[in-house]
Amino acid sequence: MERAFIYRSYFIVLFILLAASFLINVSLGSVSIPIDEVISGLFGGTTSKESWQYILIDYRLPKAITAILTGSGLAVSGLLMQTMFRNPLAGPFVLGLSSGASLGVAVLILGASALGGFFGGVLVSQWSLVIASAIGTFLVLLAVLAVTFKIKDTMAILIIGLMFGSVTAAVVAVLSYFSNAEQLQQYIFWSFGSLGNQSWKSILILSICCFAGLLLSFLSSKSLNALLLGENYAKSMGLRIKRTTFLIIIATSILAGSITAFAGPIAFVGLAVPHLTRQVFTTSNHLVLLPAVLLCGSILMLICDTLAQLPFVEYTLPINAITSLIGAPVVIWLLVRKRKLLF
Amino acid sequence: MASEEKHIILEAKDLAIGYFSKRKVTTVSEKINFSVNKGELVGLVGANGVGKSTLLRTLASMQPKISGEIFLKDKPLTSYSTLQLANQLSVVLTEAPASKNLTVLELVSLGRQPYTNWMGSLSPVDKKAINGALKATETEILAQRKCFELSDGQLQRVYIARALAQDTPLIILDEPTTHLDLYHRAYVLKLLKKLAVETRKSILFSTHEIDLAIQLSDKMLVMAPEGCYFDQPCNLIEAGRFDALFPKETITFNTETGRFSIKK
Repeated sequence: MERAFIYRSYFIVLFILLAASFLINVSLGSVSIPIDEVISGLFGGTTSKESWQYILIDYRLPKAITAILTGSGLAVSGLLMQTMFRNPLAGPFVLGLSSGASLGVAVLILGASALGGFFGGVLVSQWSLVIASAIGTFLVLLAVLAVTFKIKDTMAILIIGLMFGSVTAAVVAVLSYFSNAEQLQQYIFWSFGSLGNQSWKSILILSICCFAGLLLSFLSSKSLNALLLGENYAKSMGLRIKRTTFLIIIATSILAGSITAFAGPIAFVGLAVPHLTRQVFTTSNHLVLLPAVLLCGSILMLICDTLAQLPFVEYTLPINAITSLIGAPVVIWLLVRKRKLLF
Repeated sequence: MASEEKHIILEAKDLAIGYFSKRKVTTVSEKINFSVNKGELVGLVGANGVGKSTLLRTLASMQPKISGEIFLKDKPLTSYSTLQLANQLSVVLTEAPASKNLTVLELVSLGRQPYTNWMGSLSPVDKKAINGALKATETEILAQRKCFELSDGQLQRVYIARALAQDTPLIILDEPTTHLDLYHRAYVLKLLKKLAVETRKSILFSTHEIDLAIQLSDKMLVMAPEGCYFDQPCNLIEAGRFDALFPKETITFNTETGRFSIKK
């Protein structure tokens, strides 16, 4: 019971951190807006300048919400993969899921021009981006899974993920050779990753996808706990392995696929956040870990985004670079300190 | 005789086990006949590679049989769904659980999964079963410890506790005594004997501790390359079944002491 109390207080702290990082994220940017104006602007009041209201509601708020959605979604999909593959190094990026999504988007944006300009403008809408990257993610995940069923070696799975990365890079290179500059630019900007410039409509689409993925994840938490013991034990405790694996795959592809479609391939959040969370919540119980990972992912993403849009400067750095700069050292630090990553 | 038959928990008739690969069927062992009654401790012995694990995996429905029949409580094993089977049969495998980042309590609680709701929340009945399992295996003091902190001997007791918490009439253990020192080997087997007597559960285990198994098991299944023999340990000794286990030029079995000795 003591443990439950500790977890509860951790969750309260995380909620406060989330609120704080959300406020900081919204109040910082190239235009400085005083914090009291930010709060009144967000909660339906009016700000002393019309432009501030516009900046807050149509630019910063959507970006902060996108950060929360991508952070939580990627972190949870990382957790799902680590448990499903029973490999602490698994994550949407390492296993090539982001590469798969990139491939889908590359084929859509670049392939459209390679096939002839006719489809170009028609095809590349928000929804087709989502569908293309979700299909890409799904296919890679199926391939990875097929390998997992055949080879029981987890190291092989990671190598396969890396290979998918190379294949994607190669296909993208071939496609970009044949496509025009405009489309190439569109793809490259997408691949930098960006949380900004999302319309409320696309945020609605992203939220629906994220909620669906997260709901599936929460429904799977009992099965995920059983999978911690390995497939044979899980089966002996009444778990239907195929159905569970299928549900987890669907959840992961929806999460990683939709997020990558809207925000671009964002590295390391999926890998690092579950490990960071396990440092604080010393448990592998998914009923505790899933919400905790969700909150930590949102907080980390808000912080990364705050760093990406350096205050009072007009430039915004690619979010993908920031998460890698923060995520990679965290994983190295955890490995050096603990000598072994637990999951 | 009729009432006697009702107590048969697990029965194998003319069972053949092995592996299916793309084009051919590899039979590891065949003509296996035995039965496990309620409250019996049955030891399974045999040399490495003779098919002990294959047999146990087949009985636990983790791999298909090649031919013959397996009955669990008078019903064919294949007629059970995964969840129904989880109510009848729990296992302790040679493979360590994939994650050791669980506390002992969390791991043992997982044994209640066949009975809990979609969230896995524990009812008073579940908690009672978990506490009972911890007590029976003397692992209560370890409850809040992480599995990666435990010794092999402690871990084995925790795995047994998890199977106990699952509260099934039949428990199958694959080599529960490997990697353990002599004391823990004896401890684990004595624990199994105690559980079989006190909880009236049927327990089937494979082991390389033949002399310990002879002393404790109600019945034994001896798997040798030329065939499988199932009987009470004393009858098996009389029939010279243990002699056939290993090549005679290296190891001989002393029928009087019930022990193996190395031939010098």
